[in-house]
Amino acid sequence: MIWVDTIIQGILLGGLYALFAAGLSLVFGIMRLVNLAHGDLIVMGAYLILLLVTLLGLPPFLAAVVAMPLMFCIGWCLQKFLLNRTLGDDILPPLLVTFGLSVALQNALLEGFSADSQRLPTDVLTTASIQAGPISLGVMPLLTFASAVLVIVGLNQLFYRTELGRAFRATSDDATTASLMGIKTANIFATATGIALVIVTVAALYLGLRANFDPNIGPARLIYAFEAVIIGGLGSLWGTLAGGIIIGVAQTLGAAINPEWQILSGHIAFLLVLLVRPRGLFPRAHD
Amino acid sequence: MSYIVTTQTRASSVSAIAGILLILMLIALPFFAGRGTIQDMFFILTMLTLAQFWNLLAGYGGLVSIGQQAFVGAGAYALFALVILGGFDPVLAVALAGFAALAIAVPTAFFAFRLNGAYFAIGTWVIAEVVRLIASQWKSLGGGTGTSLPRDATRDMWFVEMIEETLGVRSAAARDILAYWIALVLALVTIGGIYWLLRTRRGLALAAVRDNIEAAKSVGVDAGRMKWMVFLTSAFGTGVAGALIYLQKARISPDAAFSVTDWTAYVIFIVVIGGIGTMEGPIIGVLVFFALQSLLADFGSWYLMTLGVLAISIMLVAPRGLWGLVSERTSLQLFPIQRRLRGGRLTTSEDQ
Repeated sequence: MIWVDTIIQGILLGGLYALFAAGLSLVFGIMRLVNLAHGDLIVMGAYLILLLVTLLGLPPFLAAVVAMPLMFCIGWCLQKFLLNRTLGDDILPPLLVTFGLSVALQNALLEGFSADSQRLPTDVLTTASIQAGPISLGVMPLLTFASAVLVIVGLNQLFYRTELGRAFRATSDDATTASLMGIKTANIFATATGIALVIVTVAALYLGLRANFDPNIGPARLIYAFEAVIIGGLGSLWGTLAGGIIIGVAQTLGAAINPEWQILSGHIAFLLVLLVRPRGLFPRAHD
Repeated sequence: MSYIVTTQTRASSVSAIAGILLILMLIALPFFAGRGTIQDMFFILTMLTLAQFWNLLAGYGGLVSIGQQAFVGAGAYALFALVILGGFDPVLAVALAGFAALAIAVPTAFFAFRLNGAYFAIGTWVIAEVVRLIASQWKSLGGGTGTSLPRDATRDMWFVEMIEETLGVRSAAARDILAYWIALVLALVTIGGIYWLLRTRRGLALAAVRDNIEAAKSVGVDAGRMKWMVFLTSAFGTGVAGALIYLQKARISPDAAFSVTDWTAYVIFIVVIGGIGTMEGPIIGVLVFFALQSLLADFGSWYLMTLGVLAISIMLVAPRGLWGLVSERTSLQLFPIQRRLRGGRLTTSEDQ
């Protein structure tokens, strides 16, 4: 029974990783850009929520809602004025610019908020649990997982049901032809990164509610997110959720055997998938 | 009149003479410089070595790795294991440490070459994390907290007594001087070796793969083999440099030896600021990096933030780095690898 419990906790943890990864997956799917600062942007989101909570006295969930438009603007500007200039055939500029951004952001946060670890204020919700037969499920992990599913459903709706989504798909398939059809690709890219940062805000909320965070934890979140994206297959959002779940289950199983193996077993699961299915579990026809 | 294909330019002949003078001065440095200068120079030379290998990998091989700390750490841990557990002399262990990095590099390449571009970058990072986590399980080398080199091992190191007597310095200073000389040899061998490689047919093949992989393949270049060669070479060199750095530090911990900031971020910034894909770039970059570090060392995180912002600006404004700006204006090449046709009577279509 303890194993069933461990696996269920792992699946729920996977929801958090899928939230980390969804923004990365979206941006990659549309403009083939891997943002190495993604993890640090999540941490930045967590600090923004914390700031709103402490300054305005808002509850964390409401603070996240207030933070969303702000984060959208940050993402839009970031893409429009910085990252768009790095896109092209050469893979070096986007990699090096986002890596530089990651280091700069990390240290800016360190300067602004010190290295002390922080946590969003918690209430009864964070510690409450639901008894399902012999297994008790935390409300917070359940909420995280539900949010991940909601985000992915929402993104799929956006992609396949709206005009913006059609522009996204067209740009993703062939940016040059899309721009001939009157789509301003620069703005489409900016909007995509804006939306990615709205998802980052959701991820940041759960990151801050579930555990302590400090300015240095960004890169590790980036790695989990990246692993989930690769396991799922590039550009597949449901694949990203599956990838997150695999990492989550591997980590909780590893931790159940030896607490020191938690992170390691997540990485090893990733490498195993890479060995067997180099293009991930649910790859798109082309990437 | 016959044609000659040459890479030599007048500037390169002048710089070769200046280079030899500089090398002689660097060799003699411990005879007149203080211990602080020697330590600074050690830092500059080891960072230069790391930067040259990363530049070979990313600038020439097109393999942007963020996992070079795996090889620094592997080399460093191999040094400690050989000295503490195997009873080897540290100087010999530094040379052998490269093979430990090589042993890590083979499976790393096997996994990472399945990924392209940005995914290769993060893939190497994940593997470096795996190596770090495994190293922190190595209980006989201190596990997660790390360990120190035993005092008697470093005191009785080869050549140390000789340096003590010749230069009349204490044992600690003699160890620094020894480390400095090894670092100097390593940096010179690295620069010389990479320069030699780039001038050979393999170097030409490498540049072809970097510029257009499909075209290179179509003229018979084995692109896969070039990637392996570049990756394993830089892993070996990075491992030796890592072992040397930790010979001088004499204290290791997994978090420090596998630090992505110290061994990859700094190195990337050095190469990008100086000019990626050139031999001169890392040299300029490491000098700028050292100057910035001396200026901003007291400001802690501001320093890294400045470096990050500087790297972003350079990538956007002058993607060929500081050296690129110089060579664009003056077409100066200190390490020319471009082949030029000289001699004979050149006729162009306008003449006819």
